[in-house]
This record gives sequence, structure tokens and C-alpha cells, in this order.
Amino acid sequence: MTTQEHSQTVRTIGIGGAAGDGIREAGLRLTELFNRLGYQSFLSFSYPSIIRGGHNFSRLSISKEKIYSDHSEMDILIAVNAESARLHLGEMKPDGIIFIEQAYAEELKDAGVRVIPIPMADFVKEANVRPIARTTTGLGAFAFTAGLSLEKTKELISSIFQDYGGDINATLAEKGYLLAEKLNLPKWQEGTEGSPANEKAIITDANKAIGKGLLAAGLDFYISYPMTPASSLLTFLAKEAVGEKLKTIQPEDEISAINMAIGVTYAGKKAAVGTATGGFALMQEAFSFAGISESPIVAVVSQRQGPATGVPTNTSQSDLQFVIHSGHGEFPRIVIAPGDSEEAFLAAGNALNLAWKYQMPAIILVDKQLSESSQTSVLDSSKIIQNEVKKWNNEGEYHRYQFTEDGVSPFAAPGTKNAAVKLTSYEHDEFGIATENTELVKKMTDKRFKKGEMREKELSLYDTVKVYGDEKSDTVVLFWGSPKGAILEASKYLKKPVKLVQILWMEPFDTDRVSKELANAKNIIIIEGNHNSQLAALLREKTGVVPNHKINRYDSKPFDPMELAKEIDELL
Amino acid sequence: MELSTKAKITWCPGCPNATILVAYRNAITELVNEGKLNVENLVSAAGIGCHGKITDYLNTNTFEALHGRVVSSATGIKMANPNLNVVTFTGDGDSLSEGFTHLLHAAERNVGISVFLHNNETFALTTGQATFLSPKGFKGPSTPAGSVDEPMNPLHIMLAMGATFVARTYALNIPGTKNIMKAAMQHKGFAFVEIIQPCITYFDTREHYNSSTEWLPEDFPRTDLSAAINKVREIKEKTTLGIFYQVQKPTFEEKI
Repeated sequence: MTTQEHSQTVRTIGIGGAAGDGIREAGLRLTELFNRLGYQSFLSFSYPSIIRGGHNFSRLSISKEKIYSDHSEMDILIAVNAESARLHLGEMKPDGIIFIEQAYAEELKDAGVRVIPIPMADFVKEANVRPIARTTTGLGAFAFTAGLSLEKTKELISSIFQDYGGDINATLAEKGYLLAEKLNLPKWQEGTEGSPANEKAIITDANKAIGKGLLAAGLDFYISYPMTPASSLLTFLAKEAVGEKLKTIQPEDEISAINMAIGVTYAGKKAAVGTATGGFALMQEAFSFAGISESPIVAVVSQRQGPATGVPTNTSQSDLQFVIHSGHGEFPRIVIAPGDSEEAFLAAGNALNLAWKYQMPAIILVDKQLSESSQTSVLDSSKIIQNEVKKWNNEGEYHRYQFTEDGVSPFAAPGTKNAAVKLTSYEHDEFGIATENTELVKKMTDKRFKKGEMREKELSLYDTVKVYGDEKSDTVVLFWGSPKGAILEASKYLKKPVKLVQILWMEPFDTDRVSKELANAKNIIIIEGNHNSQLAALLREKTGVVPNHKINRYDSKPFDPMELAKEIDELL
Repeated sequence: MELSTKAKITWCPGCPNATILVAYRNAITELVNEGKLNVENLVSAAGIGCHGKITDYLNTNTFEALHGRVVSSATGIKMANPNLNVVTFTGDGDSLSEGFTHLLHAAERNVGISVFLHNNETFALTTGQATFLSPKGFKGPSTPAGSVDEPMNPLHIMLAMGATFVARTYALNIPGTKNIMKAAMQHKGFAFVEIIQPCITYFDTREHYNSSTEWLPEDFPRTDLSAAINKVREIKEKTTLGIFYQVQKPTFEEKI
């Protein structure tokens, strides 16, 4: 298929304004609207690290077929100020339309695309509601161009804005709709009505999906110090936790969070921490503590552009090598890097269950692009693999670190009769008493790595690697994490089909499967959102394979599918 | 009830850490005999430093944390299972240098744990450097010309942060220490006990403290915060021991 054929089916709508204008919320509501119309959606959100002012931007791409990433070329832009329109003029399709607050329309008279002024502020004033509702008038005008009837528009707007005053929003949308109708704006030819609603699909970003996955696996405590882009997981769970058995705790810092979590798991409850990679840097010593003490904690780690404070609200994949090598000393761990919300949901549930099965720390590695982009997803908890926790049988003297065939010691929590449960950050004997006995030091290290070997035997149960596209092609595009979206989207537009290979499990690394998938490749193109091609380094370490070409983006923005398609085409 | 383990005690011979251990074992034994404690519900946690070795010598549930982080871990243990009696041993290096913020916030939250501070006024396990509780002018290997820091007053800080039980005892007074430990372990809320523990190798203050401590009078108004603050700030020849403050407030584990 060519670019031209495909662009018929993808529509992109931008909503721009200042921080505090409800731009994210408007994007989420619009995405929900299209979900109800049976569309597949991908919504991204970009913003600077400030609370008021600055440019906030929601961008939604929709299609009747699966859509993996938003596109940069827009059909519609709804702007509540002039800056939001000006910044994106170059991204409008030639027949695109900008709906803008009337007061700023004059400033855009040389825009080169059609600009429709809407008296948003006046409409809102008439309706006696807060200015945050201005975007709804734009949504109404847009609904006309999308080919929705006025009745359907009002019904949907009223329903999706129910918690913000459904009727008032429906009235505001009607004003925008009637204005677009009066101007006789062109309508989408494909039409929008009549598609079945996505029954099981929800709109979710990876952070919420991770929260749901952790809950599905029975999380008891989520402990987190706020840090973008992980904060929305804390706020989601704090809200979600009301009335649930889950408790969310916001302690004084990240170091406290992870040390608390180790205490929680010692007491027999399931705990997870979540942070950005900078916060995870603070957790390193305690991550190592979880390793030696065999504490089943889960860490949700979301990358943003570093080093240090870096670009706090932009995305990055520059922490793969840091995260897989977390903690000083040598000990096994699990690191899963999902590439979309559905994978994030499963990664979270599986990570928590595996952590408890093997009594070792597990990490779910995501990034800003995943954490804060919403997409049409089906979260199926029956796909989370359940695992038994090996428990103590109450016989004999309890040894927290008992040597066993598989390296996993029976678990007991304090409060168990006739058991002294001894956990320690020192190297220790089976009972949990500190030791410097060199034989024991070696034996205990081997015990922990035996758990690592057992874990590797189970890799075939999980989607450690996924393959898309033309599996027979000898050209392979290799990637991990959030670029999956842009890459799968780009693959729709490539001049010839290629094999797409995604690596999800970083630790343990599924060397056999990765090697097998790359065995017949003549041209391997690796795509990463970092400078150093960190997956390429891991690939070489584990398989000896060296990719032929590398595409890297490290300007802190996510890949754009159409630009990427061009870049890949040049290497085919 | 066997409270000892097979671990060889490696504190210096004569170290008051051993008398703290004896007082603690006695406190446990008495509380169990009085029907006030099930030993399986007791968790003895510790940080890193000479004090931290205590976990190896206790046949109870123990949690040997990272340096400076024991109060955070103890908070996690208590919130996960409020039925546990969580006793947290720490040192002046362990909780007033490395992990100071955690101590402050645990007091502020009124987490229902007991914190026993082994105050030897030095980093002993690393061979005698100054801590923030060492006297100004302390000459250790890292401060040959004398430390420039004023010593902090841990009890004053704990009262200011909202600790609901604040006491001081002297390690070489085993019955007195045991009684205060028992009171702290039965307190519902955050209990902080400073245990003066001379380091016989790097900062031997035994001679001074053996003759210059005195107990608070029986009628001291223990629920009066101002009285407690004034008392712990007093500078005088004899160091005051006893329970300065004890009130009831909702605990962290109840509030979350």
C-alpha cells in the first residue's frame, strides 16, 4: 500500500492552548468520543515543565484500522490562542482547517490554510461556564466536519462530559457545530457514523495500564514520590485505591519509598514503587538490597530525557543500560520493557507475579511517550500468568534463605508461629545471620543465580520477543519500547514489507529467540530513542549480532511515523 | 524462650551494646511473661553500624536494613502488618547523619514503631570519625583538628517533629534501660529512646556517665510538651534520664 492510500484512513486532530486550559482533558474526551464510534485511536500529549501558561498540545490520530502512533500532519487544529496555531502551521495538511478563538484569527490571516474563527470566549460567557470549556466549542465545529449529525454530536458530548456538566458542554458544542454548518465547511468523505462501538476497548495510557496490571496481580501497596513522567501512576492509583485494599503512600523521597517497599514485602504484602529514571538513580542501593535480601519488589521506571534533570517532560530511551545494570553487586532481576499500553498492563501483572515466584526484584521500564500517550487498548487480565508463591510448611526451624534445588527459599512473614524470619542486607547464612565465610558467600551467590537460571527456563511462556510484518523478509527492523508505535505505523507506508522484531524482555534476555528471529536477516536496522544505541550494545553482548544500520533520535521527542518511514525506506 | 542465636558476639569486650542487648532480651522476656507480647509478632530491625549487629544475636524476627534506612523499612513493615511490634535499633551515624529525613518524617507521621538510638557520639564501626552528635572539637581520624559541628540534640528534634513518646536512658543501667524499652514497646505511636552508649574503644565516656546521670522526678508532667522541650534542652552537670513526654495520637498505620 502506498502512503496516499493510507492517509485516506488516518485523521489527525490537534488541540492546543496554554497550561491550565484543559488541553489534555479535551484530548482524552475526544479520544473517548471516537472510541464510542468504533475508531482506533492514539493520543499524545506534550507540555513544558510549568503549571500555567506555556504551550500544551494534545494530538489525536484516529483510524478504522489499528493505529499505533499519532501522526504529525493534521487535518484539524483547535487552538484557544494564537501561539498554539502558529507553532503547528507547518504541520497542517493542505486542506486542513484551524478552528481558533475569534480574538486571535486576525493574527493568522496569512496562515496558508483555512482558518475559522469561533467566538469561543463569548460562547462560554453566554453559557456562564469557566473558560476551560472553550475547547468544547471547537470540538462541536470539528464534529460537523467529521460528518456527525448534530443529534449524535450532542448525545456524545453530553455523555463524555457527564462529570463536567454534560448538557452545558453539549450546548457549547452545538454552537460550534452550527457555526461550521453555516459556513458549509467540507465534510469527511468516509463518514463517521454507523461503526460498532469498541465494546471491550478502553482508552488508556501505559501508566494507568500498569496500575491496572498491578491491581490485577493483587498489589497491596504502591509507594511513590512524584516525578514526571511516573506521577500519573501515583495519582491514578491514589484515586483508584479509594475503597480498595490497595494503599498508596507518598513518602519523603525515593530512597524511603523503596526501603519501605522492602519492609512491606518482608511483612508478606505486595509492594511496588514507581519513579522516573532520575528517581530510580536514587533507589540504586536499595534495589541492590532487594537483590541480596530476595525481596520481591516491583519498580515501575519511566524514562525521560536526561542526564540529570534534563528535559523533564520529554521522552527518551537513554536508560536501558542503566536500568538493566541497576544496583551494585551481582544478582538476578527481571526487566520488562513494554511497547504499548496493552503490553504495559501484562508486563505489570507478570512482573509482580514473577517477583513473588522468584523472590527477586522486577522492573517495568517505560518512558514518557508510553506513560502519557493514550491509545485504544483491550486489557485482558486472563492473559496475566499466575504463579504460586513458595510458602513455608511450618516444619522444623525456619530458614529464610534455605538452600533448595531451584534456589527459591520457602517464604514466611513475621507473625508466623515458631519462625524467626531474618532478613538482612549483609551476605548471610541460611538462617539470615551475617557471614564473611567465603564458602558461604559463594554458595549464597550461586543460590540467587540459580533462581535466575530457573527463570530463564520459563521464557517461552512469555512474549519476550514479538514479530510483526513480513516474517519472511530478510530485512529486519529491530526495536524496543515506545518507538514500537511509530515503527508499526511507519511500516504501513514502507516501499516494501519488512520483518519487524520487538524485544520486550531485557533481563533475562531471550538469546535463543532473538538469535532465531535474526538468523536469516541480511539487513538489520535498529531504531532507538537514544544516542548510544543501547539495545544494539545489549544485542551484541548477548547474541554477537551487530546491526547494519542504526536510526537514533535523541532530541527528546518521539519518532514520527511518516518521517521514520522515509528514513527506513532509504536503508532498504 | 531462647532469644540467643549461635552467632558469635563481635562487639568489643565490655561494649555497652551488649548491655543494651541484655536489657532488650529482658524486656522481651518480661513482656511475654506478662502476656503483653507474642514473640512471633515482634520484629527487631536495625541499621548499619556497631548497633546493627544486634539482629544477629536475636532469635526473633529481624530486619537488618541499609545504612540510614531502617526507619523507612520499619515504617513499611508496620504499615503492612499493624499487628507487629516493630522495634528499630539505630545509631547516631545511622539515623542522624545518613537517614535523618526518614527519622524526622516517621516522628511526624507518628508511625507506631519504637526507635532505640544507640548514641555513642561517634562512627565506631568505621573507626571513630565524628558524627553530628559528637561534641564540637571532637578529634577523630577525619577531624584531627577537631570537628566544627555543634552536636544536635536528638530528643529536642524528636519533640519538635511530633514524636509521641520521648525518653533517654543509659546503656550501663540495665534495669532502667529495660523498663524504658518496655514502656516504649507498649506505647501506641512513635516512641523514641536515646540510649547513651559509651564507645569504649573510640570515645570512652563511661567514667563521666557512671557518676553523672539522674532520673526525672516521678511527678514530671509527661504530657506537657513545653516542659519536655525545656527539660531536654537543659545544660547541666548531670544528664537527665527517663520518659520526658508521652501522649496518645492517631498513628500512621491507622490513618492511611
